[in-house]
Amino acid sequence: MIAIRFERVTKMFDDQVVLKDFDLKVRKAETKIILGGSGSGKTTILKMVLGLVKPDQGRIWVNDRDITDLSEDELMDIRKEIGMVFQEGALFDSMTVGENVAYPLREARRHTPEEMEAAVRRLLGFVGLADAFDKMPSELSGGMKRRVAIARAVVHRPSIVLYDEPTAGLDPITSRTICDLVIALRDLEGVSSIFVTHDLSAATTLASEMAIRESSGQVTFRSENNEFCLANTRFVILKDGQIIFEGTDESLDTAEDEYVREFLT
Amino acid sequence: MTTGEEGKPFADLASPGSMSVITSAIFEVQEFTLLSTRAVTNLFKKPRYIQDTLVQMDIIGVGSLLIIILTGFFTGGVLALQSSKSLKAFGAVHLTGQLVSLSLIKELGPVLTALMIAGRVGSGIASELGSMVVTEQIDAMRALGTDPSKKLVTPRMLASTTMTPLLTVVADLLGLVGGWLVSLYSLKLNSSLYWNTALRSLDYNNALEGLIKPVVFGFIVGMVGCYFGLRTSGGTRGVGLSTTQSVVTASILVIVADFFLSKIILELQY
Repeated sequence: MIAIRFERVTKMFDDQVVLKDFDLKVRKAETKIILGGSGSGKTTILKMVLGLVKPDQGRIWVNDRDITDLSEDELMDIRKEIGMVFQEGALFDSMTVGENVAYPLREARRHTPEEMEAAVRRLLGFVGLADAFDKMPSELSGGMKRRVAIARAVVHRPSIVLYDEPTAGLDPITSRTICDLVIALRDLEGVSSIFVTHDLSAATTLASEMAIRESSGQVTFRSENNEFCLANTRFVILKDGQIIFEGTDESLDTAEDEYVREFLT
Repeated sequence: MTTGEEGKPFADLASPGSMSVITSAIFEVQEFTLLSTRAVTNLFKKPRYIQDTLVQMDIIGVGSLLIIILTGFFTGGVLALQSSKSLKAFGAVHLTGQLVSLSLIKELGPVLTALMIAGRVGSGIASELGSMVVTEQIDAMRALGTDPSKKLVTPRMLASTTMTPLLTVVADLLGLVGGWLVSLYSLKLNSSLYWNTALRSLDYNNALEGLIKPVVFGFIVGMVGCYFGLRTSGGTRGVGLSTTQSVVTASILVIVADFFLSKIILELQY
C-alpha cells in the first residue's frame, strides 16, 4: 500500500516555481527524509499532503485516495488520518499541554473524558513529559514544545505523520530524543512519514537506527551493522523544485552529484 | 473560506497587493462575503461548538459591560446637559427626557455601543486570530481536521451578534439614568416629568429600530474582526496592521450601515 503519492506535481507561487513535475512515493511504515535548501519547497510538500496547499498541476494520493480536487469539508476526513508536527510546534497557546494533546480526541467526539485523559497521559509519558500535563505552552522550552507537538500529532493514531524540521535549533540531546520518537513510531507503530530537515545528524540517525521492543517491553535502539541494513528510510534531495537524489544512506554516501556532495559537506 | 496557501486560510488566489485598487476592493468584498456566508451556514451544520460560543459570549458580553455602562451613562448625561441649553431657548426644557431617550435608543445607544465593541472586541478577535495565523495554529487546527470557520469564526460571529443588542439595552438604560441625574441635579427638573417624557415618547417602532441596528452592527464587528484576523500575514507587524484595519473598517461600516438602516426603517414606517 502506498501511503503518499505525488504524480507530476507542479506548484508556483506568483512567478516562482516551487515544485516542477515532482514525483514521490511513501510506502506503509516507510520514512522519506527530505533535504533541500531554503525555499526548495519542502514545507509546501507537507502542506500539499494535508490539502492545505493545492497543486497547480499533477495529482496527489493519500492512502490510495486522490485528494487533489477534494473540497475543504472532504479533506477534513483525510486529515484525521494524518499527524503533522509543525516547525515551532504550533501548539494552541490558550490551552494547557494536556488540552493540546487531547485536542484531536476531543474533536473526534467518540471518547469519554477518562479515556482521553488516559491516552494523553500515556502519550506524554511516551515523549517524556508526564509532568507537563497542566502546564501552558508558554512555560515550555523549544524542545519540550516539539515533543508535545509530536504527542498531539500521534494521539489519534494516524497512519501518516509529517515532520517539519522538528529538530531545528535544538541541542543534540533533545534532537536525539525526538529522533528516537520518530524511529519508534516508524518501527513499532508502522507509521509512514515524511521528515523535512536541514539537520544531517538527525537524518543520519533516522536512516541508520531501528527500534525494537524487547520481550520485557522495553524499547531499545540498534544501529545498522553487518547483520542488518535499514531499507525503510530513504533520502530525497530537492533542487529547483525537482528531485536530484533519492536513495538510502549508503547510496547517499557514494553519490557523485556536485550539489549533493556540497549539501552534505 | 476557500482552501488557502502557506497558512493563509482563504487566499488561494493572487495576492490583493498585486491587483489594481478596484480589483483588490472587489476581491476583499468577495472574500468577506464568502467567509460571512460560511459562518452563517455553519450554524446549521455539525459539529457545533457550543462551549466555545458561550466562552465568547462571556468575553464579549460580560467583558464589555463596564465600558458600556460608562459609555451609556455619560452619553445620556452629556445629552441632557447640551440639549437643555437649546431647549431652554424654546421654553421646552421639560422635553429633555424625550430628547435623551429618542436620541439614545434610536441612534447613539446602538452606534456608540457598536463602536466600543469594535474597539474592544473586534480588535481582540483580529489580534487573536492573527497571532494564530502567524504561529501556524490555524494550519495546525486544519491539519488536525478542524474547520477554523466552524471552531473560531461562527462562535465569535454568533456571540457578537447576540451580545451587542443586549449591551445596547444596558447602554440605553444607563444613558437614561445619566440623563435623569443631570436633569435632576443640574437642570432642577422634576423626576416624574423626566421619566414621563422619556418613556412616553417611545413607541414600538423606536424600540424595534433600537434593537435591529445592534444585531446588524454586532454581526459586522464580529465578522470584520474574524476576516482581518484570518487574512493576517507578515508576522507580528501584520498582526498589528490587521488589528488596526479591523477597528477602522468595522467603525466605518457601522456608521455607513447605520445610515442605510435608518433610511430603510424610516421608509418602512411612512
